[in-house]
Amino acid sequence: MKTIFYVIQKEFIQVKRNKVMLRMIVMIPLLQMLVLVFAATYDLKNVDIFLVDKDLSSTSRELAGKLEASPFFTINNTSFDPEDGEKELLRNADEMVLVIPRGFERDLIRDDKASLQLLVNAIDGQAAQLGYSYAASVIRDFNKNIIAEWKGLPEFNAPFQINTVSRFWYNSELEYKWYMAPGVLAILVTLIGLFLSGMSLVKEKEQGTIEQLNVTPIKKIQFLTGKLIPFVVIALFDLSFGLLIAKVVFNLPIVGSLWLVFGFGILYLLGILGLGLLISTVADTQQQVMFVTYFFMMIFILMGGIFTPVDSMPHWAQLVNEANPVFHFMKVMRMVVLKGSNFGDLIHEFVALCILGFTFLSLAVWRYRKTA
Amino acid sequence: MEKVITVRNLVKKFGSFVANDHLNFDVYQGEIFGFLGANGAGKTTAMKILCGLSSPTSGEAKVAGFDIYRETEKVKRNIGYMSQKFSLYEDLTVAENIRFFSGIYGIPPASRKVKQEKLLKDLGLESAKDSLIGSLPLGWKQKLAFSVAIFHDPKIVFLDEPTGGVDPITRRKFWDLIYGAADRGITVFVTTHYMDEAEYCNRVSIMNNGRIEALDTPENLKKQYSAKNMDEVFLKIAR
Repeated sequence: MKTIFYVIQKEFIQVKRNKVMLRMIVMIPLLQMLVLVFAATYDLKNVDIFLVDKDLSSTSRELAGKLEASPFFTINNTSFDPEDGEKELLRNADEMVLVIPRGFERDLIRDDKASLQLLVNAIDGQAAQLGYSYAASVIRDFNKNIIAEWKGLPEFNAPFQINTVSRFWYNSELEYKWYMAPGVLAILVTLIGLFLSGMSLVKEKEQGTIEQLNVTPIKKIQFLTGKLIPFVVIALFDLSFGLLIAKVVFNLPIVGSLWLVFGFGILYLLGILGLGLLISTVADTQQQVMFVTYFFMMIFILMGGIFTPVDSMPHWAQLVNEANPVFHFMKVMRMVVLKGSNFGDLIHEFVALCILGFTFLSLAVWRYRKTA
Repeated sequence: MEKVITVRNLVKKFGSFVANDHLNFDVYQGEIFGFLGANGAGKTTAMKILCGLSSPTSGEAKVAGFDIYRETEKVKRNIGYMSQKFSLYEDLTVAENIRFFSGIYGIPPASRKVKQEKLLKDLGLESAKDSLIGSLPLGWKQKLAFSVAIFHDPKIVFLDEPTGGVDPITRRKFWDLIYGAADRGITVFVTTHYMDEAEYCNRVSIMNNGRIEALDTPENLKKQYSAKNMDEVFLKIAR
């Protein structure tokens, strides 16, 4: 027991002396929370529209006014030539071109119907669909208004109509930042844990101190435990720091129990640190650790569902994700923080994280040899 | 005299390369045993096996009375080791390094403090107690590494080219430390390239291509090979 204490003490002193490490421990949560959460937003705002109004009627102007009045759209440019609009799309200056054909108002009055053309830049399919449906709903509202205005008929003149009243649960304002923040926190803990543990053992190899330790009677379980505990503490500190930033800056509602968040945090970290140690038992230099760690981070994060819903990934990818600790932890973070899920809701994640943690840790202990 | 190391038919192979080819020797309590040989002769390999850093392919060895296969941890309690790669923590202070290694060997804090004070006084490094190891000159680091290696009073200390890269005066002073340890009854097992250092040893063995070619006191070796000094003996054996 005492031996472990001496290892922990030594690790903390080494972190304290390492100015780069100290700065990383403070700056990474700050930067990730403040930059990544804002940058990775899917909220639709400020879609630039290029307007081609060939009708120049009061109706067409009213429609343009409606779009401009919505918080999502800005009419950036106008022209009478649709080709100008296409050029703007190509330049990426505008995301949508709305063409109002000549005779729009006239057709609407005379024939009771008229057409509009909406060209959407769909390189980013998701944003395009979102932009299109928002624009379509503005136009639909506008349409209803004219019917009411011109015909003097109330809106509910259609005899049968199903009205859907929807409420968005758990994140009623659809605040994307609230969705992102717990995910970014999961990445943060992963990054810190994986790098700290990956670097520390290989640094001892590079400096030759590992040999000095290997001739001592220290047991490998004592040594590895003593090495891991400080990293668990540091990563949990960063988790709290990140949560605090999210609370203060984004007003993130923390619905669930913080005990659950940190309990799962510890369980998760044991696995991540085990993986970091495993990498550093195999690697000989810090560069090698960097490369391998980076590789795992990329796969874990992109597959883990921070940007894209895992439910819409192909079936095999969802199966692979069962072995992805980031996927489970991110889910736990979102469920507990945003929904207030309790332990009973998280049994699956708990079991998965236990299995992964046990596997990584035992592989690391098995791979770490005092004798070559 | 009591044997503290016995080695019988020790073999270490790396693939088809034989690094140690049937080594046989004994080391006695309290002696300074020089382990000589050209680069790649297999000195470090043999030393690592005796320290428990590497396992042999075949053969037997006992260190401090314990079998190196079955009683590794007991062997480790009774040995000290200083590698050719300097290996105290550069980002810890002198006192912190001593505290850490004492902690691992289970030396209680009270006796650690007494021993630490004596150690620093003997080395004349009292002022460096709270300096980072990384900021000290190489000669000081080596003295400290040696002192830390024997801080837990091992029966045997293994030194792997301990004086590489320092000037003759510093080397001479380092050997004073080695003599001091031997006087306290610690057996010293040392590899070296420097033939003047070989003269300081009670007995030396000379390795070539994984085999021990000669083993005796420096005087007897010089007689046997009719050489003026150890340099000539070494050249005649290693060619």
